[in-house]
Amino acid sequence: MLKQKTNHRGSFAALISIAVLLALIVLLENLSDMIPGLPAIFSPTSQLFTVLKKGAVYSLLAVSMNLLNGFTGLFSLGQAGFMLLGAYTYAILTVPMAAKDQVYYLYGGSAVKFSLMDLFQGIFGSAGFGGAVSLILAVLVGLILAGLVAALFAALIGMPVLRLKSDYLAIATLGFAEILRAIFQWQTLGPITNGANMIKNFPTFSDFNIKNSAGEVVLRLSTFVPFLVSILCITLIVLLIHSSYGRAFKAIRDDEIAAEAMGINLFKHKMLSFVISSFFAGVGGALFAMYVANAQAKAFTSTMTYEILLIVVIGGIGSVSGSVIGTFLYVACSEWWLRFLDRETYIGSFKVPLLRSGFRMVVFSVVIMIIVLFFSKGIMGEKELSWKGIGGWLGKLKRKKPAPAAEKED
Amino acid sequence: MPNILEIRDLQVHYGGIEAVKGISLDVPEGQIVTLIGANGAGKSSTLRAIAGLVKPSAGKITFRDEDITGKDSNVIVSRGITLVPEGRRIFPDMTVLENLKIGAYLRKDDLTEDLNWVFDLFPRLRERSWQAGGTLSGGEQQMLAVGRALMSRPKVIMMDEPSLGLAPIIVKGIFDIIKEINRQGVTVLLIEQNANMALKTADRGYVMETGRITLEGTGEELLSNEAVKAAYLGT
Repeated sequence: MLKQKTNHRGSFAALISIAVLLALIVLLENLSDMIPGLPAIFSPTSQLFTVLKKGAVYSLLAVSMNLLNGFTGLFSLGQAGFMLLGAYTYAILTVPMAAKDQVYYLYGGSAVKFSLMDLFQGIFGSAGFGGAVSLILAVLVGLILAGLVAALFAALIGMPVLRLKSDYLAIATLGFAEILRAIFQWQTLGPITNGANMIKNFPTFSDFNIKNSAGEVVLRLSTFVPFLVSILCITLIVLLIHSSYGRAFKAIRDDEIAAEAMGINLFKHKMLSFVISSFFAGVGGALFAMYVANAQAKAFTSTMTYEILLIVVIGGIGSVSGSVIGTFLYVACSEWWLRFLDRETYIGSFKVPLLRSGFRMVVFSVVIMIIVLFFSKGIMGEKELSWKGIGGWLGKLKRKKPAPAAEKED
Repeated sequence: MPNILEIRDLQVHYGGIEAVKGISLDVPEGQIVTLIGANGAGKSSTLRAIAGLVKPSAGKITFRDEDITGKDSNVIVSRGITLVPEGRRIFPDMTVLENLKIGAYLRKDDLTEDLNWVFDLFPRLRERSWQAGGTLSGGEQQMLAVGRALMSRPKVIMMDEPSLGLAPIIVKGIFDIIKEINRQGVTVLLIEQNANMALKTADRGYVMETGRITLEGTGEELLSNEAVKAAYLGT
């Protein structure tokens, strides 16, 4: 009884926190329009918003990878492959008919004579409120289909691949992702995938900014949208982890033989975890395409998988909040805080040594090596962030502070 | 007493190695049956074959007149046979409560009653229900492994060396619990190297050597058997 009560209170607090966070995001992005003369960092094109958007997208990717690697103990490196499937599915299905000839000009138009944008605009109209509804529906259906295509491929390759263990599974999934990348760049498939060229002109985050009839932006929602989608997906993953399925995943991770002896069907549950993780990787891939405003096979290299794996390791394998915190720290470091290392800087006439284009990545690599060597459990380990935990931590800080004061009195 | 579990000419192979070479044994309902023997005699392989963790290469396993030979472990657990694996194998990163809930994974009904039953059998587990399984002592982990198996409401509980690596006083506690569980109506199939304790506790015993059953009888008969004394009791 008591336990359930606290559970309800916990989810209520989480819900409120999410609502407040989303409201803050909307406020932050529109702040520069409401109050003129703010520092450049609040401008909607500043690095702050790049970090927030990319962070939201990568959070989902990291959490979906953590579901498989951290919670089920399956070491898979197919993330980029499933992202690619999601990104292409979304892009191919949502490029408006009017833009297709221009996008696919090398192949004389697209073989896919269909677009979700035109489908919904045909029903709800393309201007004003109807236009907004068709945009939302087209993107929503596009994202879900992106996830489903990735999940379908996961189910197909899962059959043979999930019978492999540890390193072999990693190699097989990595190979799968690389093969996919090659296939999507294949000239023969050009009328569908646009070959090695990028697909663009599909709806992106900035299309969600609300404009008035004069074409001026009234309300910016381009950061809000990735946050909303990402939070929704992560919430679904968290609910899964806390269900009895999640418990079975953790049992498989801890001890396969004991889990099997308890009557857990190993293959079925591994498959379930693999398919669900891939679904959200597909959605994440589609969000990534929206973030960079193009879909291109050559972006989804194994480096991208390693990047996400690194975030999962930094955040803590087996911690959802760790993955999210890890993502924002990683993205902020790589996109923003370490940027100054790439600029040649003079103090008076003295040129600061080493600072030049590319040096950022050197420092970044060293930071990562330090983290992996000395904080091998990551930021959160296997723990989760909660208001209670933060309260306890703050309480500890408070209790620590008076101690040095007492020493001074002596 | 009708036999709840009957094994006929069971063979288990690992690649080319024959671990169990055609054994037959009966487990009467409501009794404690023990299987003793040295390392590598094929005791664990027998239990693993019954639990569905390995597929037998020949023979027949019958549970309550139903042929369960080569069925998947989830089918076997749902029929009412659970294995407490060798070396305890609890889930170290999950709490005691989560470990117990995993034991009842195939059941969809209310667990409160069974949790209370297990906590009454092992009061120590109730005290530690929020602790991670890996932080428990060896004896407590064995309690957790038994409790976890009981959560599936088994008709037959199979234990693979529950006394392994435990102090004599703890071992005695474990055997008291085995008797208690049996008194409450659960049939027990027990594998032991600690032949003295096992035969004293059991109604019926089998001695296994290199994949074959060499002796069988009641616990007392085997305890007084000269060959058993020489080989396993060291007297």
